[in-house]
Amino acid sequence: MLFKKPSDIPSSEITPKAAYLNRRKFITGAAATGAAIAAGLYLRNSGGHEAQAAGAKLTGIVKSQFSVTEAPTSFKDITNYNNYYEFSTDKYAPNGLSANFRTRPWTVAIEGLVKKPQRLDIDAITKLASLEERIYRHRCVEGWSMVIPWVGYPLSVLINKAEPLGSAKFVAFETIFAPDQMPNQRSTSVLPWPYVEGLRMDEAMHPLTILVLGLYDEVLPNVDGAPLRLAVPWKYGFKSIKAIVKIKFTDKMPSTTWNIMAPEEYGFYSNVNPTVDHPRWSQATERKIGSSIFAPKQPTLMFNGYGDKVASLYSGMDLRKNY
Amino acid sequence: MALLPEKLIRIIKLPVFLLCLGPLSVLVWKGFHDRLGANPVDVITRTTGRWTLTFLLIALSVTPARKLLHMPWLIRYRRMLGLFAFFYGSLHLMTYVWLDKFFDVPMMLHDIAKRRFITAGMTAWTLMLPLALTSTSGWIRRLGGKRWQKLHRLIYLSAIAGVIHFIWLVKADLRRPLTYGAILAVLLLYRIAAWAITRFRPKEPLAVAEARPGS
Repeated sequence: MLFKKPSDIPSSEITPKAAYLNRRKFITGAAATGAAIAAGLYLRNSGGHEAQAAGAKLTGIVKSQFSVTEAPTSFKDITNYNNYYEFSTDKYAPNGLSANFRTRPWTVAIEGLVKKPQRLDIDAITKLASLEERIYRHRCVEGWSMVIPWVGYPLSVLINKAEPLGSAKFVAFETIFAPDQMPNQRSTSVLPWPYVEGLRMDEAMHPLTILVLGLYDEVLPNVDGAPLRLAVPWKYGFKSIKAIVKIKFTDKMPSTTWNIMAPEEYGFYSNVNPTVDHPRWSQATERKIGSSIFAPKQPTLMFNGYGDKVASLYSGMDLRKNY
Repeated sequence: MALLPEKLIRIIKLPVFLLCLGPLSVLVWKGFHDRLGANPVDVITRTTGRWTLTFLLIALSVTPARKLLHMPWLIRYRRMLGLFAFFYGSLHLMTYVWLDKFFDVPMMLHDIAKRRFITAGMTAWTLMLPLALTSTSGWIRRLGGKRWQKLHRLIYLSAIAGVIHFIWLVKADLRRPLTYGAILAVLLLYRIAAWAITRFRPKEPLAVAEARPGS
């Protein structure tokens, strides 16, 4: 494809995921038998939790008016190219390294300035609201982008369940700390662990902000932050924290991992903004994953193209200062 | 062991040359077989960049290796190794100019001026350019051995700029660029030590060394 076909491939030419998986099935027949036995043993040992492992089909997904009309990036690219520093700083490695990551049992602690602090099981969280397909643009701070058919529901559903106090101004999120399963967490030379992120209350309550539980029509793959992550489509990808175990409501702006690492490079807001360059590279354009290598990069849009829905959140703010 | 017959040195040159083309061959093969992953431009950029630094370090290892291992004939491969560093460096630069910036000259000038890691990378490549151009025997003659050698010390600056380029572009986790930096530091320290020894040592042992035939 790379050298033979310099023009963009029409989406009709992209191998449908089912066909691609079918071919793989032929090759992996023997391996699957072994995996099935292993999975059976695992399920028996994990105390009869529902078989909601990555790869299982999700049903009853409804379409959303917030989806974009662009053709989604292939399942293969979405699950083989991403930043998940807990596993590796190499974007191609997390897929393999996260294969055995345990997403059951899993509970999420909701605490801080709320009327009803609680611990919720992941299977209960999955059933809190009907699942929607949200096809979102995803823009990484590094200058590449995808179009991802997330499955989930608005974060506001979960927030309302906890009944935040009037004093709650921000929401802080925390990724699991599991150095036995996440190799890079064994050393602090990569990032300080666990990974933490945060949103202002109105950003967290915004209808575009979703809790993600699936990808395409499947349970969220481990590599993309299973069992649950955020998708905040008008912000750079690193704001959409993965493998969440804690949600805390606070009255102060919470620390966020990349802001701790390099405050002059990554601000708390980190809204996609083509006019504010990263100190080390331009944010004016992006490489769309899946396009031909000879295709020029495409222009990046303010708020990643979601300006009509979110710009009002920041009216009166200097986005150069509040990057 | 110390001396290889002229003929053998020449014969070995071809396989060494082909080996040096290995990383490029792998890249081209992957390109034709759709194996460059989700972001091929990123892979091409990283691969050519890493091999540029690797060849620079290999070329800089030739002098210490031939002295320490008493293999003076290794010098016969240094030019080729150095030119491969320049070759991969030029591919790396072309990837940036063509596939990343799409020949957008104002954008590139803006980048070079504003982004320090690009400034460092451009410096590293630019410093290699005169060395590649004067790598022929004709130019060694024209410049004279001493002056040619002085000019070619620019390679130290180029390698330092290359490692700084790598360090500055990394978001977090400096282990890889620092490994290149550590190896470069050892290779440069060897030169400083060698220089200090010839500078400050009494004449006597030097004369002995020089009297040894064939070294």
